[in-house]
Amino acid sequence: MTNETPAGDGAEEILAVNDITVTYRRPGRSLLTAVDGVSLSLRRSEVLGLVGESGCGKSTTARAVCGLEPLTSGSVLFNGEPVSPLSMKRRPKHLLGIQMVFQNPYASLNPRRRIGSQIEDGLGLNRQRDAWNVNELLEKVGLHPSDRDKYPHQFSGGQRQRIAIARAIGTGPDLLIGDEPIASLDASLQQRVAALMRDLAIQAGSGLLFISHDLAIVRTIADRVAVMNRGIIEEEGPVDTVWRHPTSAYARRLLAAIPVADGLGKLPGLPTRRQN
Amino acid sequence: MSLEQGLTRPRFRLPATLRNPMAVVGASIILLWILVAAVISHIWPVDPLAQNFDRLLPPGAAHWFGTDQLGRDVLSRTLAGSQTSLPLSLLLVVCAMILGGSLGAIAGYFGKAIDETIMRIADLVFAFPTIILAMVIAAALGPSLTNAVIAMLIVSWPSYARVMRSLVIGARGSEYVIAGRLMGSGAFTSLWRDILPNVLAPLLVLATLDVGTAILLLSGLSFLGLGAVPPTPDWGAMVSDGVQQFSSWWIAVFPGLAILSVVLAFNFLGDAWRDSLDPRTADAVQGRAI
Repeated sequence: MTNETPAGDGAEEILAVNDITVTYRRPGRSLLTAVDGVSLSLRRSEVLGLVGESGCGKSTTARAVCGLEPLTSGSVLFNGEPVSPLSMKRRPKHLLGIQMVFQNPYASLNPRRRIGSQIEDGLGLNRQRDAWNVNELLEKVGLHPSDRDKYPHQFSGGQRQRIAIARAIGTGPDLLIGDEPIASLDASLQQRVAALMRDLAIQAGSGLLFISHDLAIVRTIADRVAVMNRGIIEEEGPVDTVWRHPTSAYARRLLAAIPVADGLGKLPGLPTRRQN
Repeated sequence: MSLEQGLTRPRFRLPATLRNPMAVVGASIILLWILVAAVISHIWPVDPLAQNFDRLLPPGAAHWFGTDQLGRDVLSRTLAGSQTSLPLSLLLVVCAMILGGSLGAIAGYFGKAIDETIMRIADLVFAFPTIILAMVIAAALGPSLTNAVIAMLIVSWPSYARVMRSLVIGARGSEYVIAGRLMGSGAFTSLWRDILPNVLAPLLVLATLDVGTAILLLSGLSFLGLGAVPPTPDWGAMVSDGVQQFSSWWIAVFPGLAILSVVLAFNFLGDAWRDSLDPRTADAVQGRAI
């Protein structure tokens, strides 16, 4: 395990997304540009939040970074090497440092295998062989070591998501991508799972690309945040700057849409309900 | 090792599949038939090929299941028929499942040209009536039980390939398969470890249902003189004999019941097997609450 290093300017850049475009051909209809000229960069031990509403292209961006979506133009460089699309062949070794935690915890674990052996698969990739073991990883994500012999259906959604995180972290990734990992969890769990991802990623010295539609939670874990809308990045910067002084109109709208618990029963964007 | 593990004496535990009444019934029937097939020729006093003058005798004290049109004892022929019908139909189903399943899995996983090639060959086989194609192949190879099984294998793999292909296509895009690929598993690891265990259950159920069809198909070929050569006792051939002697119901009914018992037994076992293979329903098989 590497020690905690703050995301300073000296840290090496692990991911460079240069002006990528992903276009889908819809049968019988026009082309759909899901991602339109997006550029991002991420350093070691840094957390980049990518926020935007549903369908804005943030998941497509994440899949493109993994090589799961073919690029129409632009390039993705991981540790200086281009990311090739995942084909029928085995994934090239240098790309195994990119791991992903998926949105749906009910589909991201193989239902027929014990979770211990699924986590072990991840550990097999780790360059530091003895960096983790299954029991330690399970404890890290708040599960009991005896849970390793259970099957995924014996866990709740939040627990499964933590198992998926343990599996991804166990590989010792340089880049961890969370594709809406908290979207299908209930509100009380969202904050904890998000914080867990950040802690583990920073501890392992990886970069974290955290995708979510929830700016309020991203604010608590991210160093920098990029706001995405209709396939383009509207605004990018340190999370506090974007939170306090958003420059783009879209970021301001997104911020205004966050419900505030002011006890007045007020919903954002709607006039205050009259009290009887 | 913990203290409890050290103190518990290892004891015999029934496999999870069998902890279900229907499965026990199914397994018992199959075991019984296997036993009959193994020892019948050594212990049964009546020769299934011996003919006597009491043709078409109804079931009675001398011949419990009656006699057929050549005066042979239907009971001993039914028991002896298990020696040809059972092993050959099982062999056929297992081979067809392995061949069709593998081809279908490869077609579904790799897609494109490989998929097209395999599935068009499967369509070609589907385009002919099963029994006609099996007849042609068996006739070309020459009449014998081995050739009949090869002919039936050629006509029966496509249904497995079809089912397997669609199952694999459905599972291929699952997030756990993609997660496995992202962790560097190759195509065959991915198929073997992530996809197959999750799609095998429907194929096994199809196979258990197919045992009955296989017995009947084999009997059809035997009836045409392309499979079991008379006078070898064979359930299917006995049923077709019985159909020609409509007033003597016992000739067809007893071998028919034998086929029914085997098919039912395999269905029971197949259902229980499917339930215990799936960890989500395995608890129910073991008698615990879900």
